[in-house]
Amino acid sequence: MTRAAAITLIAALGLLLLAAASLAAGSVWLTPSQILHAFAADKTDLARLIVVELRLPRLVLAMLIGAALGLCGAVLQGLLRNPLADPALLGISSGAALGAVIAIYFGLTAQFAYAAPVLGLVGALGAAGLTFLFGRGGTLSLILAGAAVSSLAGAGLSLALNLAPNASGAYEIMTWLMGSLTDRSWDHVILAAPFMVAGAAILLTTGRSLDALSLGETQAESLGIDLNRLRLLVLIGVSLCVGAASAVAGAIGFVGLVSPHLVRPFVGHQPSRTLLPSALFGAALLTAADIGSHLLRYNGVEIKLGVFTALLGAPFFFWLVVRLPRTAP
Amino acid sequence: MSLLAVDGVTVLRGGRAIVEDASANFERGAFVAVIGANGAGKSTLLSVLAGLLRPDQGEARLDDRPMADFDRRALARRRAYLPQNPRCEWPLPVERLVGLGLTASLPAFGDFSPAMRARIDRAIHDCDLDSHRLQPATTLSGGELARAMLARALVSDPEVLIADEPMAGLDPRHALDTMQRLRTLARSGVLVIAAVHDLTLAARYCSHILALRQGRIAAHGPMAQTLTSGLMRDIFEVEAMVQGQGDAARVDFTASPQG
Repeated sequence: MTRAAAITLIAALGLLLLAAASLAAGSVWLTPSQILHAFAADKTDLARLIVVELRLPRLVLAMLIGAALGLCGAVLQGLLRNPLADPALLGISSGAALGAVIAIYFGLTAQFAYAAPVLGLVGALGAAGLTFLFGRGGTLSLILAGAAVSSLAGAGLSLALNLAPNASGAYEIMTWLMGSLTDRSWDHVILAAPFMVAGAAILLTTGRSLDALSLGETQAESLGIDLNRLRLLVLIGVSLCVGAASAVAGAIGFVGLVSPHLVRPFVGHQPSRTLLPSALFGAALLTAADIGSHLLRYNGVEIKLGVFTALLGAPFFFWLVVRLPRTAP
Repeated sequence: MSLLAVDGVTVLRGGRAIVEDASANFERGAFVAVIGANGAGKSTLLSVLAGLLRPDQGEARLDDRPMADFDRRALARRRAYLPQNPRCEWPLPVERLVGLGLTASLPAFGDFSPAMRARIDRAIHDCDLDSHRLQPATTLSGGELARAMLARALVSDPEVLIADEPMAGLDPRHALDTMQRLRTLARSGVLVIAAVHDLTLAARYCSHILALRQGRIAAHGPMAQTLTSGLMRDIFEVEAMVQGQGDAARVDFTASPQG
């Protein structure tokens, strides 16, 4: 078995174990047999209620969002040939969050259920478009453009807080922005999944082109790659994924940054082979972080998912920053 | 009918003509050195010849068909292009890097076919990279990377190879090796067009010369008849001595006319 296949298998197995743990852990602990029986039990059964109606949709969302973010990170890093590329650092997550906040807290979702993912998608598209447009001059300009777009979206979010109808509305926006999967139901899954699946399907077609881009843009073009088409596909795919993810779970950073780095050495650094394992790692990371937020409470207050991913991700980011001057082209 | 041709090609940038009214025909089996001072339009002309840049006027043709009519992938299967100082941005193993040359021939799904693997093996062997097969490309020396990139270009068995200064940054031995390889390739029927700065190497290895002066083609023809002291003075504005022919040819710059 090749190392690439091995790492995919390990990630898949790890994800499976974490998924089982996620169904079992919480304020009510369930044994594996209780979980299995819950699926067969009738609708009034408490275990069934906990597993099927509370924990399973949350788990499905964690896996979907984690996988989507891991995939987005891998594709963006491949496209930009930049190990720091990530939906959050490029401002795409902030743009999506702004769109979703507008939809959720200004009553648009009441009129049209899909307003949140659609506006999230629009926000993500706008942010990604701006970052791509202004960040074309290499690593530094890309990161700066991402920071600029993030602050722009941040200003929009501050304005939303500013104009929030009342104090509790503002508080709601704040907590929502921290990123969380608490109390998400199957409705949220149905809302977000189609967008993320469509986005992921688009992104998975880009592998060959990303490989060719290892040789730089001119050589990739000479090998028959249509760069404008590729950029457009990535822009749409990432926006679909991040827009929908932010719409149901708030802003979750670092998963897209970390996952590709974890798998890259095992797949010979070939961008196309990073995509699937990176998605699996992203799913596992977010599921693990979500288990953490099930279990850890401070004075009865839940620690938000976004706090966990940031706590895991920020040290990794420091490590990258220290290591980067040696490895970056 | 020529394999490759440019006809009245003009490329403008910021209102200035980088290449102006360039027309030339190129035949199979020729090894053409494109020479000219810095900024004479060599890279731009090569991009047009490779079908990567659409000229503002005129057109490039492959097999008498306008480049613009070719599908990107179909074109990629017939011509290979090496830019100046090509780099590999990820630490891919050398065999993967070389395999990227087959991108346009890969099926929509699945990996290399056995025939493709054999071509990769041959390209690696031909470019003297057997001992570097699995080495990450980012750890190769300049000469090794240049060979790996050449193998990447040759693996697709192109009919046309266009290389922009393939010898830039190479030490004398590797520069000679590269010229030798390109000449062998041309003799096997491939049209090789390369921007070359070392005129002595060009004189010894290339069959034809195309000289650019301020975006215009100053001369184009077989090496022995075209490479003269007069042409050197004309395009580089320095006095030069052109001596000998074939493997004994030498080009020496003696003095600038002002000094």
